[in-house]
Amino acid sequence: MASTFQAESVSYSLRVNGVERDVEEAWLGESLLHVLRERLDLPGAKNACEQGECGSCSVLVDGSLVCSCLVLAASATDSDIVTVEGLEADAHTGLSDIQQAFVSEGAVQCGFCIPGLIMSVHDLLDRIPTPSDIEVREAISGNLCRCTGYGRIMEAVRSAVSARANTGPEATS
Amino acid sequence: MSTVVSTGRVIGVSVPRPDGIPKVKGEFEFSSDLWAEGMLWAQILRSPHPSARIASIDLSAAWQMPGVRAVITQGDVPAADHYGLEHQDQPVFAHDVVRFFGEPIVAVAADHPEIAKRACDSIVVVYEVLEPLVDAEAALKAAPIHPDGNVFRHLVIRHGDQDVQGDVQVEGTYEVGMQDQAFLGPESGLAIPEHDGGGVDLHISTQWLHSDMWQVAAALGLPENKVRLHLAGVGGAFGAREDVSMHIHLCMLALRTGRPVKIVYSRLESFLGHVHRHPASMWYRHHAKADGTLVRVEARLMFDGGAYMSSSGAVIANAACFATGPYNVPSAHIDAWAVRTNNPSCGAMRGFGAVQTCYAHESQMDKLAAALHMDPIELRRRNVIRTGDTCITGQTLDGNAPVLEVLNMLAAYPLPIDTRADDDQMARPGGAGRTADAQHVRRGVGYALGWKNLAFSEGFDDYSTASCTVIDGQVSIKSACAEVGQGFVTIAQQIARTVLGVDTIVLEPVDTQIGSAGSTSASRQTWMSGGAVNAACEAVRARIIAKVGARYGVAVDALELRDARVHSLNGEVDVALADVSPGEKFYDLVEFRHRPTTGLDGNGQGQAHVSWAFSAHRAVVDVDLDLGLVKVVQMATTQDTGTIINPLQVIGQIEGGTAQGVGLAVMEEIVLDKGRVRNPSFTDYLIPTALDMPDVVVAGLVTDPEPGAPFGAKGVGEPPTISSTPAVAAAIRAATGLELPRVPVRPQDIALARR
Repeated sequence: MASTFQAESVSYSLRVNGVERDVEEAWLGESLLHVLRERLDLPGAKNACEQGECGSCSVLVDGSLVCSCLVLAASATDSDIVTVEGLEADAHTGLSDIQQAFVSEGAVQCGFCIPGLIMSVHDLLDRIPTPSDIEVREAISGNLCRCTGYGRIMEAVRSAVSARANTGPEATS
Repeated sequence: MSTVVSTGRVIGVSVPRPDGIPKVKGEFEFSSDLWAEGMLWAQILRSPHPSARIASIDLSAAWQMPGVRAVITQGDVPAADHYGLEHQDQPVFAHDVVRFFGEPIVAVAADHPEIAKRACDSIVVVYEVLEPLVDAEAALKAAPIHPDGNVFRHLVIRHGDQDVQGDVQVEGTYEVGMQDQAFLGPESGLAIPEHDGGGVDLHISTQWLHSDMWQVAAALGLPENKVRLHLAGVGGAFGAREDVSMHIHLCMLALRTGRPVKIVYSRLESFLGHVHRHPASMWYRHHAKADGTLVRVEARLMFDGGAYMSSSGAVIANAACFATGPYNVPSAHIDAWAVRTNNPSCGAMRGFGAVQTCYAHESQMDKLAAALHMDPIELRRRNVIRTGDTCITGQTLDGNAPVLEVLNMLAAYPLPIDTRADDDQMARPGGAGRTADAQHVRRGVGYALGWKNLAFSEGFDDYSTASCTVIDGQVSIKSACAEVGQGFVTIAQQIARTVLGVDTIVLEPVDTQIGSAGSTSASRQTWMSGGAVNAACEAVRARIIAKVGARYGVAVDALELRDARVHSLNGEVDVALADVSPGEKFYDLVEFRHRPTTGLDGNGQGQAHVSWAFSAHRAVVDVDLDLGLVKVVQMATTQDTGTIINPLQVIGQIEGGTAQGVGLAVMEEIVLDKGRVRNPSFTDYLIPTALDMPDVVVAGLVTDPEPGAPFGAKGVGEPPTISSTPAVAAAIRAATGLELPRVPVRPQDIALARR
């Protein structure tokens, strides 16, 4: 492989979930999504369209929600990257409150879109703690789900919002 | 809804799905997440023409590219070089002619996906481009585009008095566009060769491991025990994973290179690489008495099956058998064709033939109601089919048929409050575009009823295999049933818990090391594989109880399994399951079958179906008449579910199935231009987002246990996709006054229509 890509390959490091990760001799054209999944053993970001339409690959780059399929990995070297694997979790359940709500409310079927949705909902509730239904719908409208029709996903978000309101913001990630 | 997990009977409880936690954490391994040491990446070169002769294929540049390990074509297929679900008419690779846009021609394995792509780009294929046959009607008379001819199946139904005429007759021709299943997890898999090249393990996302295995083994010329399929995590299916896609290519590459080979389709390849829902053109004439009683339905159904057969034969049978809707129709005259064209191949999609005809028969029922000046709900009430009535196939509908209850519950459910006066502009048609003037928005309401068969029909030997093992109180279940998101894993555990009275149920790996479970399709797995798991657990339970009964001298019917213990009803026996017989393996394996069915005779008459399920939808829509944009405000639905094993999962099926029907009604269509797919991406093929999808209100469920079904549970996955589309179309008609004889209803169909 090195012989084919020598002129187009580069080594660099990425800061993912708080850890510096080396990426050795990677083809420059690789997306952040590809590098996370295929080189850094972080397959939580999913590959449903690879053109920024479905949101399955959503991650946080310097606090902003992005489609990792549209980010060149080698251009993200100075950024803080957070993936679904890096979300703060409850010590007992191993889940964030939003992940727990998705499980409890039946929001998961095939589950392929779910890590991206989890990232979007975390981003939404960090910005708007008590969103209206239409704000939730707009916030997740960049995350396609083919199984659920979004009904249980909406219910999971409502449930997470109400749990946060009852426990106070200090209890959340 | 309760999520309490308790020992003993957990049928009817919303137990959370066992794969939910790994899925929300991103740890669940989907087929595209697979990885093996030293693996190669595969890429497929596809035809850019829907019809052409291949003059030559020059692979030399690809072979010379560093990092390329194998380049294969049709000539490399070791044995059977054609495959297919019902009929083996599809070549593994196109070689002499190509018959559809995107047909595979070459497969490459290389060290890196980008090298594999460049290798494909370097291959020179010289085509003699032909005029594609893209009109289904023309295919009947056109020169054959395949040695097997252009007609996949012509099915005739002649039922009842063929001379009867109705006082009132209404006629219409209806069209349905080509819908894509659009699951999120792209086709992907990993093939790992045996060291000596004598066998292969294929890890694949599929709906039916054994069907794939039979076809792959035939192509490779290997015995079936040398082609081991393993279910990799499936990111949705909806019918599109019933057919072999890259399975054979991948195994050939692995055997050729002696290395693991992985492939992941891009979204573009996914659109080109699987079958779609058949586009259909359907002419109908309904005859009724002046009081609205149906006396006769005539229909001519033309389904475009595309280049290869896939499951076209079964789809057109469903379209024909269910063509008249869940009504008493004493006389029927149906001619149904599925034909071959150079359009993309069509096959299974949720609803399987009943979706297209439901849109047509429900449009006709509304048209008939208008002609009779009758309320459309009242017209339906007058004609609903009931248990004991005769279907147009001559078969007595002997299962539960609570059609009237389903309809009445829906009709009685209050309409949503009209909040248009003070709405958020985002909630209007056009949404974030904020283009709709409230003055020009019209509201409409529409109803539809639908029905469909459960499980496989027409004499197919439909079965599922499962085993149950109990050792020292540890319970494990094995089945090759493909979990595709529907929640069979939850159901299997619930059934085993209920029968064996044990909380922890291990589900063994899903692979071909056990007999077939049949396909995860036709709303059949709760019945079939649920039935197999139930029977296997019952058999093991009987063995355990016999052992304990013999030891303590207690009659077996005085013993029960509960809380991981064997109890006698009088309290004399109380032994932990783990202590019944340390080290002994209690095991049974069963093949479960539903009742036999028969084929259809020359008049389309026969005992072809196992069971029927029914649903109804009411759509409320707002329409911007200026721009032709539709906002679906609410979907209300009722359904005949039989016994519910997991309420939360049933709700999930109903909401998700309804969303796919809404999509077909207002936005989803594969756009073809002389056989070329113009919109093979999520940018251009739109599926409902959270802003497009309204709340789905379940206005009532009929849960009467279905005779003959394990636990009395009917399949629930397909009906929501069937009656939702015509309800939305009816609502848009009510809002606009337009005829709208085609779905999806596009903005131009409304905005540019002459009113």
